[in-house]
Amino acid sequence: MRFYRKVLSISLALVSILIFISIYWLRPSAGLLASNDLPDTVSYNFDIRPILSDKCFSCHGPDANKRKAGLRMDDPVSAFAALKEHPQAHALVAGKPELSEAFLRISATDTARVMPPHSSPLKLSPIEIRLIERWIEQGARYEKHWAFVPPRKMALPNVERTDWPRNEIDRFVLAQIELKGLEPNEPADKERLLRRVCLDLTGLPPRPEMMDRFVADNTPTAFEKVVDELLQQPAYGEKMAIHWLDLARFADSYGFQDDGYRTQWPWRDWVIDAFNRNIPYDRFVTWQLAGDLLPNATREQVLATAFNRNHKITEEGGVIQEEYRSSYVTDRTDLFGKGLLGVTMECAHCHDHKYDPFSTREYYQLYAFFNNVREVGIESVIGGPETYAKNPRMEITDAEVSSVLRFIHKTDTGTLIVSVMGDIDTVRPTHVLIRGNYDAPGEKVEAATPAAILSFDKALPKNRLGLAQWLFDRKHPLTARVYVNLLWQEFFGKGIVQTTGDFGMQGELPSHPALLDWLAVDFMEHGWDIKYLVRKMVTSATYRQSSVASKEKLALDPDNILLARGPRYRLHAELIRDLVLSSSGLLNRSIGGPSVKPYQPPGLWEGATSGRGLLSIYVQDHGEKLYRRGLYTLIKRTVPPVSMAIFDASNRDICEMRRLRTNTPLQALVMMNDPTVLEASRVLAARLLQQSAPMEQRITEAHRLIVGRKPRPKELELLHGYYLQTLSSLTPATASRALDVGEYPLPQQINMTELAAMMRVVATIYNLEETITKS
Amino acid sequence: MEKEWLEHGFNMNRRRFLSTMSLGIGSVALGSLLVPDLFSGLGGEEDGLPDGIAHFAPKAKRVIYLFQNGAPAQQELFDYKPKLREMQGQEIPSSVRGTQRLTGMTAFQASFPLVGSFIDFKQYGPSQAWISDLLPYTARIADDICIIRSMYTEAINHDPALTFLQTGAQQGNRPSMGSWLSYGLGNENKNLPAFTVLLSRGIGNGQGVYSKLWSNGFLDSVHQGVQFSNGEDPVLYLRDGMSRKERRVMLDQLAHLNSEAYREFGDPEILARVRQYEMAYRMQTEVPEVMDLSKEPDSIVKLYGPDCLVPGSFAANCLLARKLSEKGVRFVQLYHQGWDQHGNLPFEIRSQAKDVDQASAALVTDLKQQGLLDETLVIWGGEFGRTSYTQGTLTADNYGRDHHPRCFTIWMAGGGVKPGIVYGETDEFGYNIARDPVHVHDFHATVLHLLGLNHEKLVFKHLGRRYRLTDVAGKVVDDILS
Repeated sequence: MRFYRKVLSISLALVSILIFISIYWLRPSAGLLASNDLPDTVSYNFDIRPILSDKCFSCHGPDANKRKAGLRMDDPVSAFAALKEHPQAHALVAGKPELSEAFLRISATDTARVMPPHSSPLKLSPIEIRLIERWIEQGARYEKHWAFVPPRKMALPNVERTDWPRNEIDRFVLAQIELKGLEPNEPADKERLLRRVCLDLTGLPPRPEMMDRFVADNTPTAFEKVVDELLQQPAYGEKMAIHWLDLARFADSYGFQDDGYRTQWPWRDWVIDAFNRNIPYDRFVTWQLAGDLLPNATREQVLATAFNRNHKITEEGGVIQEEYRSSYVTDRTDLFGKGLLGVTMECAHCHDHKYDPFSTREYYQLYAFFNNVREVGIESVIGGPETYAKNPRMEITDAEVSSVLRFIHKTDTGTLIVSVMGDIDTVRPTHVLIRGNYDAPGEKVEAATPAAILSFDKALPKNRLGLAQWLFDRKHPLTARVYVNLLWQEFFGKGIVQTTGDFGMQGELPSHPALLDWLAVDFMEHGWDIKYLVRKMVTSATYRQSSVASKEKLALDPDNILLARGPRYRLHAELIRDLVLSSSGLLNRSIGGPSVKPYQPPGLWEGATSGRGLLSIYVQDHGEKLYRRGLYTLIKRTVPPVSMAIFDASNRDICEMRRLRTNTPLQALVMMNDPTVLEASRVLAARLLQQSAPMEQRITEAHRLIVGRKPRPKELELLHGYYLQTLSSLTPATASRALDVGEYPLPQQINMTELAAMMRVVATIYNLEETITKS
Repeated sequence: MEKEWLEHGFNMNRRRFLSTMSLGIGSVALGSLLVPDLFSGLGGEEDGLPDGIAHFAPKAKRVIYLFQNGAPAQQELFDYKPKLREMQGQEIPSSVRGTQRLTGMTAFQASFPLVGSFIDFKQYGPSQAWISDLLPYTARIADDICIIRSMYTEAINHDPALTFLQTGAQQGNRPSMGSWLSYGLGNENKNLPAFTVLLSRGIGNGQGVYSKLWSNGFLDSVHQGVQFSNGEDPVLYLRDGMSRKERRVMLDQLAHLNSEAYREFGDPEILARVRQYEMAYRMQTEVPEVMDLSKEPDSIVKLYGPDCLVPGSFAANCLLARKLSEKGVRFVQLYHQGWDQHGNLPFEIRSQAKDVDQASAALVTDLKQQGLLDETLVIWGGEFGRTSYTQGTLTADNYGRDHHPRCFTIWMAGGGVKPGIVYGETDEFGYNIARDPVHVHDFHATVLHLLGLNHEKLVFKHLGRRYRLTDVAGKVVDDILS
């Protein structure tokens, strides 16, 4: 272990004398280079390490146990040294590929000599071999992994179209667009831009009065005014909460076996309120990691620590206490690694990390911070309100709800308990767990942080509070980058680093590294102000572009890495529900409180349950509770809300930083037949029919409410034609069958056949691709 | 690795295909969007389903997994241990028990008296396999099945053990076996999902199942298991409030409107969405047909038993499994709950066995009669075994058995597995494996092998790591391959 440390410090010293060459920082990522042109200057970070990491490090990398021939290609000391098995040869000889054993082996045709070995599924492509050859020719210079070097603000790049940028973001983006000889798109039209920003900031489509106001406002700051207005709406906190609930694996059930009910929702109410109050990110996270350890901790700060108790907890009788207790500590450690550091720390749980410089020992040093909780593996088996939170827990009184915890939307006078953090008085010894097994303790370790990221200041307390202070050290290379990137993903559809949870060597390289760094430093300089950062992103010219993909851009940049067009992505599962309810007028705008159970196909819980506990039978809610926003739908982990799961919502098992965005036939079935969509169609249709207006105008109104813009003449013609056709084909019997959906009452005095025909028109608009897309 | 390239190639093809389509829709054939199956005759890729390529010639094309959820006691079904009867009530020797960990349910038990099976066994088939009198129908297919008595696992509780057996990892969030096969081999039927799930439950002590067991994990959600039931709505949200004709009209309008959006934005996702609506429409026709058991001939009803006409029963699910499999569904996963006999074992296991015995055997026989057994792998078994000592009090006619990961029995049939053999052996106490252990990873490696996939090459790169169903282990059990 000492050897490892020493090697690491030597390699760091070597790296520190290498200068960061800004040209790499500003050039497009390797992924955008045509496959056949080799760069003039080969960069270790951008060209070589991705190859070595992917194809070589598993045997010649950081994992000491799996290392072959004693050679590490991730470490220049080892790579330039005489080979252990052939002391006359060296893996790398600077400037001389023909003498570099590594190059000779990767380019060998002899299957007995070639690397990776002939039997391995890993292969190097010819272009990769040529890149490595040129890198060696140019001196085989190593660089420290970009993400472990603290970010700094580079000078803003010069651009030709100086009239285009609206803020700093645009300078970085435009520079790359121009480098590729492209032009940015025109701004999106006002209707679409408004819808985009409303969906991004509040998760709800704009209301007609706002559309009218914005379209009529020709002042230069019309858009900024809208953004500022949206940032003040309570719905902003609800929208922002979604990504954080995924990260913090928030759910309403314990997640194992019987999967009983738990009451962590007051923490969710806090998250919404925290975003609305715009608590700076450093405080927001510090409270969640260590609120209980703050001097004179407030009740709110203690509640925030529920973050680290949201993990799954077993209630399965007969489990082994220590097995589960250690799994909870593991979960917290992994969340800290992935969600806050953006690295796959979890890989070092059982063995030294195979790609990143994290040893198993370091994993358990980090684990030690979370290993002191006053908890057990299993506290109680399923059943009864007293099991809805596990120790350590806090009880929230009605008096607190009307004073210091006002943001909790408690709906009754019953006891309310939440699992929170709280440490034992002494230090629970932490051992390396051999191969991750709870019953195989190895070497004893003390709390510390991974050396490759940032060493742990001796002056800091060795507890979670010290860990939080370490995390928000201005020299920390990851914290700000990772969160800036996560928010970028929220608004632009994918991160600047696409692997939001992996900034390590196997993660994707940033598409705009200098921009990421600039934003990260700017975020810190502005006191970790989240609303400031959000405003910066959405008021940029980059964000405002239309999302039209020309054939040229689609061919050159199908994934829109260059950002030469605006974002166009399917909405999150929750927001599809919100859009349907909101546009139909059904949405219940109340915030927070216990999660609700809207319509769900029968039998899902019942078919999968053991029969024990409050969540064994799905007792659907009624009335107002049917129309709450998607983020309030009760999440039973083992059978998560199905219509949302079909749209890729997280099942909240573990920290999730990036949802899949799939396009499946089951989604089509949900949009066609989910009672939520059908009921909303019926209710909106009835509302429109009760207005005295020509049919075209009613359809136009529906289209505006749902798609956020007036239909084009062609679209209106199609929809109106569909209305007339449906009207003529419906009989009173088929009409009344079609209307028989949902619990919201039907209006009296309405022509049922007309209503059913209009309902189908509205349902068709809900099924448009554009409706569930941020465009 | 190869698979990665394949998927990559597929994506490239798809893009090229879509950019070609764009010309079509924009300039020539707007009207042809109104033709229902415009997209269905263009080969495998347009539905987002790559036609997978096996690593070598497969024996099996499809899998039907009859999962016995809760862990059936091997001592009462397949693993005949007369020694246990001889030593009834005596303490299990500590040399046998060794350092095996105990669950929290028996950890504080003062004594561990051995208990023999309450039911008798007989020998059947060429291998003279011991099968208990609880499984008379299974005994009749002894010639067709390969009984593995030496399975073992790492988990000792239901949730992690189930998750381990289904996904190759105890903690969840990995793709299920069915998802891996869907990913690795693609779909044979464009109107049905490649991976379907059917649930049933007996009266025995139940343990839940969870949709995470058929999760696609980090794979694309087209590989997710789709739960089917033969209730009113065989697939969630499938039942339509419109007639077929009305839906067709609606979808034509929708396609027309969506093509307007495509013309404006050029986003290939719009066309993908249109295709998914078309597949949904086809599923609405195809699925109810498959799920309709009312037209099954008497001979089939007789074979599976009268329960096969009771919706949601294990027997009905077995029959459905055969029909789905026959239609090309790659992986049909059944779960039958109720095998967790911590107490009251003699009574409960009798009814559990009765639930599944006839239909399990019927499925094998049916497939054989249809000539499908050679290309269909049938698997029967639970998530771990049960202890040879009693849990709770041993009385004259009652006892229970606790969880036991060290050994359990499963059987496999068809799909390239040697028929009529018994593989592996436990010690005379039925507590430890004496010969030919088969770890869960080995089992997975073997199943993939039978389907023509090398378990070390079927990988998916996620968060910087190449994941496999078999994690970093697994060895094909060559001795059971035909």
